[in-house]
Amino acid sequence: MRISRLSATLARTAALLVCVQAQAGEEVLKLDEGAGHDVVTTSCVLCHSLDYIQMNAPVMTHARWEATVRKMIDKFGAPISSDDAKVIVDYLSAHYVGAQQ
Amino acid sequence: MQFRPDRRHILTTLASLPWAAALLPAGAAADPLADSGLIALPGKRPLIKRTFRPPNFETPPLALRDAFTANDAFFVRYHLAVIPDTAAHDWRLRVGGASAQSPLELSLSDLKHKFAHVSVTAVNQCAGCRRGLFTPRVPGVLWEHGAIGNAVWTGVRLRDLLDHAGIRADAVEVVFNGDDAGVLAATPRFLKSLPVDRARDEHTLVAFEMNGRPLPHWNGAPARLVVPGWAGTYWMKHLSSIRIEPQAFDGFWMKSAYRVPANAFPIQRVAAQETADTWPVTSLLINSLITSHRAAERLPLGKPAQLRGWAWDGGSGVASVSVSVNGGGWRDAALGKDLGPFAWRAFEFPLDTATAGHMTALVRAAGRDGARQPEALTPNPSGYYHNAIQRVELEVA
Repeated sequence: MRISRLSATLARTAALLVCVQAQAGEEVLKLDEGAGHDVVTTSCVLCHSLDYIQMNAPVMTHARWEATVRKMIDKFGAPISSDDAKVIVDYLSAHYVGAQQ
Repeated sequence: MQFRPDRRHILTTLASLPWAAALLPAGAAADPLADSGLIALPGKRPLIKRTFRPPNFETPPLALRDAFTANDAFFVRYHLAVIPDTAAHDWRLRVGGASAQSPLELSLSDLKHKFAHVSVTAVNQCAGCRRGLFTPRVPGVLWEHGAIGNAVWTGVRLRDLLDHAGIRADAVEVVFNGDDAGVLAATPRFLKSLPVDRARDEHTLVAFEMNGRPLPHWNGAPARLVVPGWAGTYWMKHLSSIRIEPQAFDGFWMKSAYRVPANAFPIQRVAAQETADTWPVTSLLINSLITSHRAAERLPLGKPAQLRGWAWDGGSGVASVSVSVNGGGWRDAALGKDLGPFAWRAFEFPLDTATAGHMTALVRAAGRDGARQPEALTPNPSGYYHNAIQRVELEVA
């Protein structure tokens, strides 16, 4: 389990090296440490900078993060497994929510 | 394109601007790279960064004081992160589709030399401008007042290109694609469509100049769509393809995004894109913006002061702008030069600074079509069309 998670992360990282055209400046963006941090940063940053997460935190709830991650997968084609989707939603709901649940 | 935000430049810029304090957390160390600092994209002056990638950068308040928003200050809005820097001589525009009689392909030189040039002064406003001011708050790019600008757009009429290709009788919509794309092949391209009559409107342009200069890269070079009176979402940047089609386009950016509750707003209707529950965002609403003063600004006692700003609508033109001070009745502001029905129009109103104390000023614009700004914003899930009366709190002392 741990190894497959690790290899998935490595695969994502390799994909990042190939695909991401980081906008200079965005490297200053850092998300809170915590369980799921690495899955979130490697998955989300594939298509967008992490300030999208910080910007929307005050508006978000667990349900809204769940809907947002589903939208990224279903509408925008993000290659995120259902296991990782849960890790991402749990992490974002622990660190980047501000609205009343 | 590469760029390095120059920290010293940012700090110097912030320090020199009177309103910049509002951008920084109260009492916190000024770190302009945190959240909404001013950062310059290549070719742009420092703007309010909302997101790095896709790049979303807002025009700062001071730059909104100009009648024509400077090209290097004009807001930047993208949905997708891969933005090719297409060289002008490599750029091609394809005009075709199932309802086109004879598809054609144009170079920038063709566009500039084979069709009549037309200029229009028009406001380009993001449908989500002021989303960050919604209560209750809604998710999305949290723009404040600066996802807007006014410019002179020069190009050719879209109608001339469509007629050159030949519009079949069965045509329903014209679908536009730009060169920008998502990182993943699975991400839907940013495609938008217009009904044929709006596409053939004499004011709808394929523009290659902005304020007499080539379009900035971040505003759609080499050529973009200009749809005066309609929200910026239709102003396709880096325009690459125009398709005349016999049915309403049902892609993600028409069918799922940029939708508002049916009947919520007095906007132009596109029946082919409506459902029982939602309508597409279309025309701009009557609106105004105070540019002369920031919140909590102190007005020196006894010194003459003028409340200034802009008013605009979806193309009927501004009929009047009224100001109410400290709950008093609405009084007409003086209007500036009429730059055309799609441009914004200046207003000016003298503030009475003879008495010390708190002052609340409200500004309300009305269009020639009779529409007036509402007192309260109309809630909608995606935070579009914020055109509620703006209020500024001042202190005479």
